[in-house]
Amino acid sequence: MSLLNDTGMYVLLMKRVLVQPDRWRMFFRQFPKELEKLGLQSLPIVIIISVFIGAIMTIQTKLNSSNPLLPTYTTGLVTRDTLLLEFSSTIMCLILAGKVGSNIASEIGTMRITEQIDALEIMGVNSANYLILPKIVAFVVMIPFLVIFSMALGLVGGYFVSLFTDVISTADYLTGIQYAFVPYYVFYSVVKSLVFAFVITSVASYYGYYARGGALDVGKASTNAVVNGSILVLFFNLLITSLMLG
Amino acid sequence: MIEVKNVDKSFDGNKVLKNVSAVFETGKTNMIIGQSGSGKTVLMKSIIGLHRIDNGRIEYDGRNLPDMRMSDIRILRREVGMLFQGSALFDSLSVMENVMYPLEMFSPSTKEEMVERARFCLKQVNLEEKAFGLAPSEISGGMQKRVAIARAIALQPKYLFCDEPNSGLDPKTSLIIDQLIHEITHLFGITTIINSHDMNSVMEIGENIIFIENGEKAWQGNNKDIFHVHNEALNNFVFASELFKQVKSVNQ
Repeated sequence: MSLLNDTGMYVLLMKRVLVQPDRWRMFFRQFPKELEKLGLQSLPIVIIISVFIGAIMTIQTKLNSSNPLLPTYTTGLVTRDTLLLEFSSTIMCLILAGKVGSNIASEIGTMRITEQIDALEIMGVNSANYLILPKIVAFVVMIPFLVIFSMALGLVGGYFVSLFTDVISTADYLTGIQYAFVPYYVFYSVVKSLVFAFVITSVASYYGYYARGGALDVGKASTNAVVNGSILVLFFNLLITSLMLG
Repeated sequence: MIEVKNVDKSFDGNKVLKNVSAVFETGKTNMIIGQSGSGKTVLMKSIIGLHRIDNGRIEYDGRNLPDMRMSDIRILRREVGMLFQGSALFDSLSVMENVMYPLEMFSPSTKEEMVERARFCLKQVNLEEKAFGLAPSEISGGMQKRVAIARAIALQPKYLFCDEPNSGLDPKTSLIIDQLIHEITHLFGITTIINSHDMNSVMEIGENIIFIENGEKAWQGNNKDIFHVHNEALNNFVFASELFKQVKSVNQ
């Protein structure tokens, strides 16, 4: 019953969000701020995680593929495809669901409990559209860049392993990451990330927008936004993978 | 003028407003008073349209709010200004930007005209120019209330709503805010509705007072009559403080 109620309220909220802004000038004033807050401020975490995971993945793949029958470039190839297919889109988005989702839910939730959203409504502003649309559009615009950046940095992480350790030779690694490259995997990953970006921002906005009570409730809204956003990312991952690769 | 006719409102079967009727006059400070939990906030939120009423009419100069579509309500709300209990200033904007916000959203004026109007409104509420560029968190509670009033009057509203305008303020600042609301109401001929349980405010600016008790209108009058009414609930409310008890005994 609660799930049905939440779904219905989410759909009604999106109906108010996904309309033309009252003033495009105000939308374009908010939009760059959101690009900076949701996109550029996520860069440090994307850089750190991608480089380290790329490096760790290279080491673990090498350790688990010691069969002499496997070609020496296997490690690079597996690292690349894992990064392209799953890590840089799904896992990165799950991490960003935590950072971006909690940020959005707490910001909008605080505006709700301090009556700032009521103030917008009293002025005759479509508060849902004004507050949420720039966030959704900004994150959807930024996510392909973050994903592609993450792919590149993950490969750089693996390259560092080949350069500074004896786990794999640089030549084998470079051969592996160039071998049998399928450009469609990048397209698939970007498409997935666009859907995830919409899910993360809209679900977090929903929980923030309908927050009630005090600071404790904003915390709860933030937790719900992250948990449910992450579950939905995994669900859509399964769905899109079945549709695009199945 | 705002006219409320036979308004009922309930939450989960619990009737909070019972057949409330009242007239809020133009150019006067109309006050809704009552104890905590009496239903005065629900009445105000119903008048603004933040709560949908069960029965009755809420007429803004003849325009019945419950009959309106959302798009029409939005248009009507551009004629409404509101001062919230906690000021509800936008954290991410400066004082000046807060007052500019409704103008940028709805005014067809040029940027220069908007800046001029915002400065005029901030001067009207006696805010010092050095505070214009500060964030709401950098100014005092009293100053935040003044900024909120300036924002509420930026679009020259016909109707002004004030929810507990003095909560959290010291008596002197409360008096300044009351006088400011009173002045603005008369200067611009606004229909002002103030939700309060502060008897000092009632005595200071209550030109038309509606007393709500258990969701019903128990009395309507002005600040000159309120001391001489034989209504037990109202008397308990008015003479709750020692100061007003002494005022009563002196009068007697």
